Amino acid sequence: MGKRVGMEVSIAAAEAVKQANVDVISAYPITPQTHIVEHLSEIVANGELDAEFFCVESEHSALSVCVGAAATGARAFTCTSSQGLALMSEITYIASGLRLPMLMIIANRTLSSPLSIWNDHSDTMSIRDCGWIQFFVENGQEVYDHVFISYRLAEDKNVLFPVIINMDGFILSHVIEPIELIPQEKIDQFLPPYQPLHRLHPDHPVTMGAFALPSIFAETKKAQEEALRSSMPKIVETWKAFGDMTGRYYHPVETYKTEDADTLLVTMGSCGETASVAVDKLREEGRSVGLVKLRLWRPFPFDELKKATLHAKQLVVIDRAMSVGACGPVASEVKAALYGEVQRPSVYNFVAGISGRDVTPSDFIKMVDKAEIEIEEGNKEGYEIYGVRE
Amino acid sequence: MTENLNVFAVRTLTQKEYFAPGHRSCQGCAEALAVRLVAKALGRNVIIANATGCMEIVSSPLPYTSWRVPWFHVAFENTAAVASGIESALKVLMRKGRIPRRKIVTLAMGGDGGTADIGLQALSGALERGHNFLYICTDNEAYMNTGIQRSSSTPFGASTTTSPVGRVQMGQITWKKNMPAIAAAHNIPYVATACPSYPIDLVQKVKKAADIEGPAYIHILSVCPTGWRSVPELSIKLGRLAVETGVFPLYEVDHGKYRLSIDFPQLKPVKEYVKLQGRFRHLTDDMIEQIEKRIRKEYGELKEKASKGARDDSNRD
Repeated sequence: MGKRVGMEVSIAAAEAVKQANVDVISAYPITPQTHIVEHLSEIVANGELDAEFFCVESEHSALSVCVGAAATGARAFTCTSSQGLALMSEITYIASGLRLPMLMIIANRTLSSPLSIWNDHSDTMSIRDCGWIQFFVENGQEVYDHVFISYRLAEDKNVLFPVIINMDGFILSHVIEPIELIPQEKIDQFLPPYQPLHRLHPDHPVTMGAFALPSIFAETKKAQEEALRSSMPKIVETWKAFGDMTGRYYHPVETYKTEDADTLLVTMGSCGETASVAVDKLREEGRSVGLVKLRLWRPFPFDELKKATLHAKQLVVIDRAMSVGACGPVASEVKAALYGEVQRPSVYNFVAGISGRDVTPSDFIKMVDKAEIEIEEGNKEGYEIYGVRE
Repeated sequence: MTENLNVFAVRTLTQKEYFAPGHRSCQGCAEALAVRLVAKALGRNVIIANATGCMEIVSSPLPYTSWRVPWFHVAFENTAAVASGIESALKVLMRKGRIPRRKIVTLAMGGDGGTADIGLQALSGALERGHNFLYICTDNEAYMNTGIQRSSSTPFGASTTTSPVGRVQMGQITWKKNMPAIAAAHNIPYVATACPSYPIDLVQKVKKAADIEGPAYIHILSVCPTGWRSVPELSIKLGRLAVETGVFPLYEVDHGKYRLSIDFPQLKPVKEYVKLQGRFRHLTDDMIEQIEKRIRKEYGELKEKASKGARDDSNRD
């Protein structure tokens, strides 16, 4: 057991970046990501971490610096939120196409407009298809742990992808939680220095970022697609190795009281903990309700999700983002996962908690009630934005 | 000061080609020539970050490459930021003992669009942060790669596909952005202009810039026969005329001090330069006079700065 201390989750994230012995840090201020960068700048200023630290002039450049650094063989880190992520979105696609390992923490925040600094998942959903490995975490410990998991995974020669850790802005980033810190020698063992297969260096000249004509483009993208899909066993393996070290085991899909449940809530991110309180209350009332939490967003864990949900009668999928004109992005993925099954649960989709509006245990209970009634009445694939004043 | 025609200087140039022949640039492309000279000047100990643009497209069709040095293309507007990342990584990895210590030049290259327009913010940021890198803008005065659209670096009067000659408008209606002055305003150690029509001057400036600690910026006028509607075999001559008419003066700003690389007691008439280019075909004598007036004024101002630098030097002696 490591030392357990109370600290702000953003500080814990920064401490993890320090312990990961990152080489290049580049970021631009945006709420609610700021505390991570502020603390990292203190760490570097105090000489606790030997890294090149740059406050650049935009998020676009922040990620571009990381791309240049990773291509040269450095371990790179950036973090952002909302508009900042939207600005760097162009480079997110390039970083994964170039197969450059790096880590970005996104303190998830609403995309404008209207402008809002509060939490939801609309920012990260805007780059859903960028080809990074994408985690959603539930609490501060998971943020801290996933920094090490992400770097080890990203730099694995059989993976070589950039990784995003999504953590809810304010709801997670600004709260103080107990964090079990891992001793440095264990981290060093788990995460040795990055040894790239290829790097920009005059001794072995390589061309990176060549352009592709139609005659070869599809082949390169298929290679990327296959590589990301086949990173799944490595992701599971890395979680296993981390669990063996710390006793904290993670899975692509986490389940809570799902075994015999007729109705399953499906969540992603920090609201999973709140939902589990709701499940406890419903179980006390004798209701057959469980909870499924998506931890891995890309590559999408189709098989694991099916395994966790197929026995249920109905799923109540909570999205913290909208795909305006369609249903929520998590719900559409869940539906796609289940579509091929003859016997499949109904999927009722709520968009809830956008722009930081609180979603309490009683809200989850109301959503379960509403979904069960609607499905009973034949509205089996409903979609609504929860709790909107008419 | 006169032009450097030292024969010995030519012999110091390596015969090795780091920007290999067989790339796909147009006939008479002076930008490719500039890049070839830059690569020769820097030798093998370099890492290049290249913006999207002509030089990127002609040199890197997957799975081929014209580059015999490490070369990296990421996007259009972020080359200075990518170079910042490369330079920082080299610094920290050498400090941490993960790669051997030695001098490796970080070179960022972009066209006028990638530098003066869409990449200006990233460039300004990188210059301000003081990275030890060299930024080279190869300026062919429009977006040639996408089909000759105007940029902020297109000269007044030039016809492009988005500053056409119409019934009420005669080509580009704005004056060329003074990119070297913007770079110099960052108070970086070294800024210079160059042109492949003056190869020795270009090579010497690139070598000097590479040796300087901190950011350096070189702005290279690159004649583009395709975009300028000029005859390919006249590219070298056009570059010379650009300098001889004062349209593109060759100078350095070395630690804030201006120095003209080549001075002319009498500038040639601007008409000699513009009459060889189809992009200026529509210019009336009045317009040419207007251009010449402005160019003479700017040249005079530059000369004044240069002579101030020389006076400061002699005062110190």
